[in-house]
Amino acid sequence: MAAPLTLVLIVAVTIRAVLFRSSLAQLITDRVEVVSPINAWKRVVEGLALLDLGVSPYSGDVFHETPLIIYLFHFVIDYADIVFMIADAITAVALYMAVQDYNKGVFRKQKYALEADRYPHDCLELIRTPKEMHYIPLKVALFYLLNPFTVLSCVAKSTCGINNAVIALFILCTVKGSALLSAIFLALATYQSIYPLTLFAPALLFLLQRLYIPVNVRRPSFWLFTMQYAVMFLGTLCVIVCLSFFLLTSWDFIPSVYGFILSVPDLTPNIGLFWYFFAEMFEHFRLFFICVFQINIFFYTIPLSIKLKEHPVFLIFMQLAVISIFKSYPTVGDIALYMAFLPVWSHLYRFLKNIFFVSCVLLACSALFPVLWHLWMYAGSANSNFYYAITLLFNVGQILLVSDYFYAYLKREHHLMYGLHLKRKDGSEATLVLK
Amino acid sequence: MAAYKHSAVLLLCCFALVSDRTLASKPDQNRAEPEPGPESHARKSDAISPREDDSNREPEPEPAGSVQEDPGSRWQATEALDPAEEAAGTRRRAPNDQFQEELVIRPLSSGDIYSSFQFRTRWDTDFFKPGRKVANYRLFPKSLGQVITKFSVRELHVSFTQGFWRTMQWGPPFLSAPPGAELWVWFQDTVTDVDGAWKELTNVLSGIFCASLNFIDSTNTVQPSASFKPLGVGNVTNQKFLRYAVLPREIVCTENLTPWKKLLPCGSKTGLAVLLKSEKLFHSSFHSQAVHIRPVCQNWECKSTSWELRQTLNVVFDLHTSGQSKREWSLFKMFSRTLTEACPLASSSKIYVDVTDNSQGALFELSPSTPSLSQAVVLGDRRTYSVYDLVNPDAFGAQRSLNILLRWRTADSADALRPLLHGERYVAGYGLQTGEIHTLIYNNHPYRAFPVLLLDTVPWYLRLYIHTLSVTSRARDNKPSYIHYQPSKDRLRPHLLEMLLQLPPNSVTEVTVQFERALLKWTEYTPDPNHGFYVGHSMGVSILYSILGSWSSVAMDTNVCVSVFPCKEESTYFVRVYTEPLLVNLPTPDFSMPYNVICLTCTVVAVGYGSLYNLLTRTFQVDEPSPSLAKRLANIIRRMRGVPLL
Repeated sequence: MAAPLTLVLIVAVTIRAVLFRSSLAQLITDRVEVVSPINAWKRVVEGLALLDLGVSPYSGDVFHETPLIIYLFHFVIDYADIVFMIADAITAVALYMAVQDYNKGVFRKQKYALEADRYPHDCLELIRTPKEMHYIPLKVALFYLLNPFTVLSCVAKSTCGINNAVIALFILCTVKGSALLSAIFLALATYQSIYPLTLFAPALLFLLQRLYIPVNVRRPSFWLFTMQYAVMFLGTLCVIVCLSFFLLTSWDFIPSVYGFILSVPDLTPNIGLFWYFFAEMFEHFRLFFICVFQINIFFYTIPLSIKLKEHPVFLIFMQLAVISIFKSYPTVGDIALYMAFLPVWSHLYRFLKNIFFVSCVLLACSALFPVLWHLWMYAGSANSNFYYAITLLFNVGQILLVSDYFYAYLKREHHLMYGLHLKRKDGSEATLVLK
Repeated sequence: MAAYKHSAVLLLCCFALVSDRTLASKPDQNRAEPEPGPESHARKSDAISPREDDSNREPEPEPAGSVQEDPGSRWQATEALDPAEEAAGTRRRAPNDQFQEELVIRPLSSGDIYSSFQFRTRWDTDFFKPGRKVANYRLFPKSLGQVITKFSVRELHVSFTQGFWRTMQWGPPFLSAPPGAELWVWFQDTVTDVDGAWKELTNVLSGIFCASLNFIDSTNTVQPSASFKPLGVGNVTNQKFLRYAVLPREIVCTENLTPWKKLLPCGSKTGLAVLLKSEKLFHSSFHSQAVHIRPVCQNWECKSTSWELRQTLNVVFDLHTSGQSKREWSLFKMFSRTLTEACPLASSSKIYVDVTDNSQGALFELSPSTPSLSQAVVLGDRRTYSVYDLVNPDAFGAQRSLNILLRWRTADSADALRPLLHGERYVAGYGLQTGEIHTLIYNNHPYRAFPVLLLDTVPWYLRLYIHTLSVTSRARDNKPSYIHYQPSKDRLRPHLLEMLLQLPPNSVTEVTVQFERALLKWTEYTPDPNHGFYVGHSMGVSILYSILGSWSSVAMDTNVCVSVFPCKEESTYFVRVYTEPLLVNLPTPDFSMPYNVICLTCTVVAVGYGSLYNLLTRTFQVDEPSPSLAKRLANIIRRMRGVPLL
C-alpha cells in the first residue's frame, strides 16, 4: 500500500514543482480565490520585509499571519516552495493514515454488529466490504494531492496549506487516540485561524468513544476526561500564545490576527459570503451582522455534536465543511481539505440526491470565477455583481453538497436500523421522508 | 547600517542648518536697515482704516504722555519689547510691527508670464508669554493671531494650489507647492494632545480659508521623520509636534482667495493687492496661494523672537488663453488693473521684473523703464531685476498710474531655466487589482551627485508592498541609505515612506513600488467613484549646489534675496520638489445593490442554516400518503348519507 501512496506523492510533487517553475505561478499567486488577505504569500514576504526594516509587521494592515508563521519563514524563506510541498505531503499522508485507522475501526464495529445480528436482514447490500474499503485511504490522499484546488493553493504558497497540515495531523492524532498530541495540534490549528475551535467537540467525542466512556453528563468519568482534554488544549494554546508574545514582545498580533478574522475589515473579494455583504452593509447594522455571521459558524457545533455523537469523524467532516463555507476569508485550499474526505463517504453514494447537479454547479463556478473576475477587474465590461453572483452560487453548491452528504449519512443509519425495504401499513413499498 | 544612519543624520542636520539660515536669519539683515523716514510715518498716521476688524487694532503710536494715561492697551500690544528698550524709548516708539509687499514678474521662456506676490507682516510680540493675553492687533491679522495662541502653534504653513507647476517648461518656482491643499504645522512643545489640537486647528483653518481642510483626519495626516524642519528659529525638532497633510483633490477658487485677501492689512483696496482680481487670477494655468507663519529672530543677537506672516500668491498666465497669443504682457492685461498707490501701511512696496535674459533690451522692451537694477542669486542662478519702488510717488509717473508693459521684440525666446532637480510620477499597470507607482527623479547637474530625501504618503486603500520597492539609477540598483516606513492601518492612517537617495549626476532615478487596490465599503467612496481617487504627490527635499559655482565675490544688492526668496549667499540652496498627484481607480461595488445584497446573502446563509436545521431536528419516517381530496370529499358525503366509507 505504501508504493501507490509514494507514487501519488511523486506525481503530486512533480506537478507542483513544474508549476512553481512555470510562468503560471505568478498568475496563480494573485488569484483572489486562491489567496486571502490572511494567508497570501505576498503578505508573508511583506511581513518579513517589515521586520527587516525594523517595523513591527503588525503595525500595518498588510500582514495578518501569526508570529509562529513569520518565525518559521524567517528561517526557510528561501525554501518556501519545498516547505509548501512538504506541508501538502504531510497532509496527504496524515489523512491517509487517519482514514486507514478509521476504516479499521468502522470495519471492526460492523463485524461486531453483524455477529450480534443487529442489522436487519435486507441491509446486507449496505454492509461495507474490505475490498471496497481497501482503496479508500489512497483515494483520500489522491483527492487531496491532485485536487486542482490544493495544487493551486500550494503553487500560490498560500499558508492555508500549512493550516491544513496542522488540521490533518490533529485528525491523525485523534484517530490514533493520542489525546495530548490531538490537543496540541488542535491548539495550533485554533491559534492559526480560530475557527478550528469547533473541532474540539468531535475530537472529544471520538476520544471518549475510543476509551469507552459514555457521553453522559451525570458520569464523573465523562467530566474528568473532558476536563483533562480541555486543560491540555487550553494549556497548549496558552503556551503558544505566550511564545508568540515573546517572539515579538508585543501583543499587537492579537488584534491584528484574531481581530482581523473576526471583524472583517478587509473587503477584498474572495469566494466567501462576507466581502460583498459587508461592502454593501449599512453602517449601523454592521456590528449586528458581523456577530450573526460569526456566531453562525460556531453555532452548528452543538446540534451537530448531539445528532452525530456516535459518528465523530463524520462530525469532523461536517465541521470542516461548515468552517470553509462560512468563514470570513475562505480560499479554495479550505475546500480542498473537506473534499478530501469525500471518498471516505463513497458508500453513501446511493443515497445522494443531487450530487450530479451539485458537481456541475461547483465545476461551472470554478471555471466562471476567473472569467467574471477578468470581466470586472480588467475588461470593465462586468461589475462586482457578476462575481458576487458566482460566489453565491458556489456557496449554495457547497451547502447543497454538504447537506446532501449529511442527509445520506442519516438515511443510511436509519436503514441500518430499520431495514432497507420499508413497507407501509398496507404493505406497499414505502418512501422515507423527514418529519 | 550604522554608516547609513550617520550620513542620514548628517544630512538632516544640514537641512536644518540651511533652512534656518536661509529663511530665518535673512529678515534680520532687513531689520538692521534704517527705519523708514518720517514722511512714511506721517502717511501711516493718517491712513484710512482698510480692515473690517479695525476696532481691535492697536492705536497708532502716540506721544509718550498718552502711553502713560492708557497703559492697558499699550502694554498689551507691545509687551515683547525689551525692558531696556522700553526704558530708552519713552519719547517715541517705533511700531513693533511692519508690513512689506512685493511683486516679482518673470517672463517665462514659453511666452507665459509668472507673477509672484509676497506680503510680509512682522510683529515683535510673544503670543505665549504667561499671564499676558495679546488682544490688540494692528497689522497682524487677529484671526491668525488667535489661532496661534489658542493652539500653541509654532509654525504654520498652508498652501492652496490649482494647476501643476511645469518645471521643465517654466523652470523652478520661487516657492514650490503641490496641487491641492497642503498644510503642515509645528506645535509648541507644551502641547500635550497634539492630535486633538491638530484636528481642531484644521477645522478652524477650514473656516478661516473657506477650504475643505476639515477633511484632514488621521487617514491623511502623517508625521514625517526627516523631511521637515522648522523654518523659523528654534531648533527643537521633535517630530512628535509636527503634522503634515495634503488634500490633492482640493479645488482652489474665489472663496479661498477672498478670506486670504482679508488677512492683508490693506485688504484689496490699495497697494499691490488691488491686482488680485479673482476673475483674472483663476483664468490662469497655475495659481498658488499660501500663508506661512513662523517665529524669526528680532535682531542679530536673536534674544527674542518676532512673528512673521508671509502671504504669497503665485500665478502663471498662459500665452494663449490670457495673452491672446501675443507676446505682450502688461499689468492691465494680466490683472485688468493698474497700480495707483502703494499700501499706506507698508514700509516697502516694490515690483521686480526679471530682466536677466534681456541684456541691453534685446529680448523685450520694458516700459516704463526704470533705472534701478538689482542683482540676486535665486535658486542657484544669478538674476537681474528691474525694481519699481512704489513708495516713491515718482514711480507712478504723470498719469498717477503704473502699468508695466513687456513687449517682446523677437518671437523666439531664451532657453528655459533647466531645473537641476525635478520629479515625475505615474501609475503603471492595468486593471483594478494591482498597480505600480513609479516616481522618477531627475538630476540634471552635469557632474554633482545630490542626496534627496523623498517623502511619499499613500492612502491606506492602496496597500503598498514595501518588499517590492526598487530604486534604480542608470539601470543599476541604488540602495537608499535611509528608509523610514510606516505601514498604513485600514481607515486609520496612510502609508508613510521616507527615503534618502543619492542621485548620481546627470541621471534619472526611478523608484517603483507595487500596490494593491482595496475594495471599500460602499459609504467610503466619493460621490463620483469612477472618477478615481487622488493620491498625494511625492516630495523630494534636497540641498543643491549652484551651477554657478563659487561666485560669492560678486557684489550684489541682497535686497531681493532678503525679502522675497529663500536664497543664500553660498553655493548651496535648499529646494523642495513636488511631483504630480496621482489619480487611481479603485474597484467599486454596485451602489444600487445594498438591499439586494443583504437579501441574497442572507438567503444563502438561510439555505445553509435551513437545510442543516431540517436534518438536525427531523427524523426519518415512512411516508403514509393521505387520501386524495376527492376521496375525502366523497367520504364526507358518504358519512352524511350513512353509507359505508370508501
